[in-house]
Amino acid sequence: MDLHFTGALPSKAERQIVDAVLGAPSDDWHGGEAARARRHLLLPTLHAVAARVGWISEGALNYVARRLTVPPADAYGVASFYALFALSERAPRVVHVCDDIACKARGADAIIAALERDYGIAGSTPDDGATTWLRSPCLGLCERAPAAYLSVAGERPYARQLGGVDVRSIGEALRGGGERVFPSTILPQAGDPGLRLLRRVGVVDPSSIQAYGAAGGYQALRRALEIGASGVIREVSDARLMGRGGAAFPTGRKWDAVAKEPERPHYLVCNADESEPGTFKDRILMEEDPFAVVEAMTITAFATGADYGYLYVRGEYPLATERMQHALDEARRHNFLGCDILGTEFDFDVEIRRGAGAYICGEETSLFNSIEGHRGEPRNKPPFPVQKGLFGKPTAINNVETLVNLPDIVMDGGAAYAAIGTKDSTGTKLFCVSGCIAKPGLYEVPFGTTLRQLLALAGGVLPERRLQAVLLGGAAGAFATPEELDTPLTFEGVRKIRATLGSGVVLVFDDRINLGEMLLRIAAFFRDESCGQCVPCRIGTVRQEELLARLKRREPLHSLQDERTLLAEVGAVMRDASICGLGQTASSAIESALAKFRPFEGAVRA
Amino acid sequence: MIAPERPLAAIGTVSLEIDGTDVRVPEGATLLEACRSLGIATPSLCYLENLTPVNVCRVCVVELEGSRVLVPACSRKAENGMKVRTDSARVRLSRKMVLEFLGSTVDVSLSSEFAEYARRYGAEPDRYGAPAGPQPLGARDAAVAGHHHAPAGDVAENVAQPVKVDNELYVRDYAKCILCYKCVEACGADAQNTFAIAVAGRGFEARISTEFDVPLPDSACVYCGNCIGVCPTGALMFSSEYEMRRAGTWDEKRQTKADTICSYCGVGCTLTVHAQDNAIVKVTSPLDHDVTRGHLCIKGRFGWKFVQQRPIDGA
Repeated sequence: MDLHFTGALPSKAERQIVDAVLGAPSDDWHGGEAARARRHLLLPTLHAVAARVGWISEGALNYVARRLTVPPADAYGVASFYALFALSERAPRVVHVCDDIACKARGADAIIAALERDYGIAGSTPDDGATTWLRSPCLGLCERAPAAYLSVAGERPYARQLGGVDVRSIGEALRGGGERVFPSTILPQAGDPGLRLLRRVGVVDPSSIQAYGAAGGYQALRRALEIGASGVIREVSDARLMGRGGAAFPTGRKWDAVAKEPERPHYLVCNADESEPGTFKDRILMEEDPFAVVEAMTITAFATGADYGYLYVRGEYPLATERMQHALDEARRHNFLGCDILGTEFDFDVEIRRGAGAYICGEETSLFNSIEGHRGEPRNKPPFPVQKGLFGKPTAINNVETLVNLPDIVMDGGAAYAAIGTKDSTGTKLFCVSGCIAKPGLYEVPFGTTLRQLLALAGGVLPERRLQAVLLGGAAGAFATPEELDTPLTFEGVRKIRATLGSGVVLVFDDRINLGEMLLRIAAFFRDESCGQCVPCRIGTVRQEELLARLKRREPLHSLQDERTLLAEVGAVMRDASICGLGQTASSAIESALAKFRPFEGAVRA
Repeated sequence: MIAPERPLAAIGTVSLEIDGTDVRVPEGATLLEACRSLGIATPSLCYLENLTPVNVCRVCVVELEGSRVLVPACSRKAENGMKVRTDSARVRLSRKMVLEFLGSTVDVSLSSEFAEYARRYGAEPDRYGAPAGPQPLGARDAAVAGHHHAPAGDVAENVAQPVKVDNELYVRDYAKCILCYKCVEACGADAQNTFAIAVAGRGFEARISTEFDVPLPDSACVYCGNCIGVCPTGALMFSSEYEMRRAGTWDEKRQTKADTICSYCGVGCTLTVHAQDNAIVKVTSPLDHDVTRGHLCIKGRFGWKFVQQRPIDGA
C-alpha cells in the first residue's frame, strides 16, 4: 500500500514507545499482506502512547500508522472513535467523574457542581495544564457510587477506579493523591454457603493459583478434558445455560455451531467490555476470581475447538485488567494455558485487549472490529459470529458471567445445573443492585427470586423513603413499578412486565429522585455512545434527547400529544431499523418510563 | 458488454415471496435486486451498484418474516422461502423517519431523489423544530467522542457548517453530507486505493475527515474525483460547478451530455462531458461502463481545460 503522510514527525519518546510495542523497525521494505496483518496492534499501540504521553499527537499517529501500514486517515478515524483517547494536548493527570444514572442517584450532580465551582468546567486545567477533570458515563463501580476513574500518564502510567468519592477526595486525586485508593469489593453475601458464582469472591486470594486450586479450581478443566469437547457441549446444552450479557442466547447452541464449523482457526472471545450503565458484575468476577474466568475460557476453547482466545476488557477497568493478566501469566506458568495443556494435546492461549471508552464495543461485532484495529462499528448480521466472527473466522463470544457458570456445569452435570432456577431460566444469576438502596452490591440468587425478595436482601430503600421505580437491565432495559415487585426475576418473568433482565442491572430509585432527569441522562448516554454509523441511531438518539429536553422544560414544539407521538415514532425507527442492539434499545427505558410513570407531568420535585 | 455472460445453468436460483408475489432470483442476489426485478420502487441512498453495500442509511429496509427487526434490502441476500414485505406500516414509518432525520439534519436540497422519496413517504423534517445555526468551520472536526452539550430542544441540531475550500479542483460541503460512506469506499478499496479520507469521530459527531482534518493538499488525496462521482447529495462538488452555482449561472436544463473516450492514455475510459453554453462544466463516467465503473483519474476528470482554449480573435 502506497501511503502518504503529512510532515508531522513523532518525538523521540513517542517513537520509542511505539517501537517498544511493535518491535524495532527493520531497514527492509515493509509492507504487503504481512504488514497489514498487524493492524490488530493499532489499539494496543495507541493505548501505549496515550498511557505514556497522555494524548496522541499527529506525529505519533503518523508513526503508528506507518509502522502498521494503516492509512493515517484510517488510523485517525479509529483513534477519534474512542472517548479515552485525546487527539489534542491533554493534561497527564485526569479524573473522570461519573455523572451517570447510578451515581446521579447517589449525589453525583452535587459533586459535579462543586467541581465546576472549584476547578472550572469539565476539561479545564486549573494547575498549569498538569491536571484536568472530565465527566464520564457509568464506570461500572455503581455499588460504591459516586465513582471516578483516575488516569495518570507518564513514565510509570497509573490508573485506578475510585469509589465513594466526594469533592475532597477528587481534589486529592487531582492534586496527586489517590494512588492507594483501591476499590474494595462490596459483596454483602460474602461467605454465604449458597453462593456458586461468587463462592470464592472475598474469600480466596485472587492472586494465588494455589489458593484457587485449593478452593476447587481447575478440577472442571480436568473433567472437561476427560469427557471431551462434545461431552462439554452436551452438558452445557442440558444445563440450558443462557447468555448473561443481555441477549440470553442459548450457550450450548452457540458453541455447537462454532464447534461444527469446518473453517479454521476458531477463536474464543470473552466479552468483558462491561459498560451497560448500572452493571459491575463482570468487573467483580475478574477482580476477585480471575482464575475462574481463565479456567472457564480454557474449557470453552476446548469445547469449541478454539485455537486462541481474546479477553476484551473495558478500558476503565485497570484493576480487573491487572488481575486477569496476572492470572493468565500464572496459568501459563503452570501449564493450564499454552501447549499440551495438562499433558494432553490441547493448545490454547489468551491475550487481553483493552477497550478505550466505547459502550458500543460491547456489541459483539463491534468488539471484533475493535480488536482488528478498525472503528468499533457493528457489522450487519448475518453472517453471525459463529460463522464469520473475529478476523472473519468462526468465533465463540461469551460474556464473563456466562463463562463462569461453566465449571459447575462440567462438575455437577447439566441436569443438576438445570434443576436450579426455573424451567426456562436455569441456574443462578448475578444482580447488580445499586442506587437508592441500603446495601448496594452484587447479589447472586437463583432465577425465580422475586424483585421484592432481592430488594429485601439488599436492605430495601433507605428509612423514610418510598420506592419510586426500579430500572431493570440498565439504560437498554426497562422500568418496573412498586406494584410489579412480585415479578419473578427470570427471562420469561420480566417479559410479562415488558422488561428485560439485560445484564442484571437492578437500579433502585426512591421518591427523592427526579425520574425525568434520569431519562434525560439515559438519552444523553445513547447519543454519546452511538457509533454514528446508521441514520436511525445517529440522528434518532439526538432527536430523542431534544424531545425529552423539551418535555422536561415544559416547552413543547407541538401539542403534548404530538410530541408523544413523535417520541414514539423516533423510538420505533430506532428499534426497527438500527443496525445493532444499541439503537434498537436506545428508546426502551424511556418508553417504558413514559408508559408506567408520569415523569414530565405534575409538579417537579425540587 | 464485453464480458461473457455466465451460462444460466451454472447459477443456482432462489425463490422467495415479495409482497405476495413469487419471485426467482440468482443465488447471491440481494433483496434490493429482487425488489427491483419485480419493479418495486425501493429507495436507497448509501447504495451504489459499483460499491460494496454498507447498509448504513437504512432507507431501503424491508420487513422479513421471522426477523425481529427490519432488514436492509441493499445487503441482505435473498434466500429460499423468504417472505418479504416492502410496503407495510412498519416499513413506511421507518423509511419516513430516516428521511425526516436526514432532512432535518443535512442540507439535501441538491438531491432530486431525496425530494422524491420524501414526497413518497410523507416526510416532514420541519417537525423537529427550526434548524440550529451553523457551527464555525472546524468545530465538528474538533468534537471529542462521548461528550456533548445538553440540548435545550428548542432547535434541531444539524451539521450546518461552512464549505471547505482548500484546493482548486473540488470543494467539500459537509453541511450536505449524509454520511453514506460512499466517498470513503471510492477513495479506498472499492476504487482508488488512496485512503485519503475515513469516517472519524463518533455518533452525531461522526464525519468524513482526513487525518487530523488536514487540508486535502496535505493529505493522500490524488484528486481522482471518484468521491465526487459517488456523492449523492452534492457535498463533494467540482469547483467549476460550485463557482457557477454561487454565481447563479448553473442550469442543468441548459446542459448537454456527450460521451467520448478520454484522450490521455490507452485505457480508453468513457468520459461523459457535461457542457453548458458551449463550455465544459464537469466530466463524469457512466457507472455501468465496463472499463471505468464510473471511476476516473485526475486527468480524465479534471484535465479538460485545454479543450476550451480557443484561438484568440484575429490571431
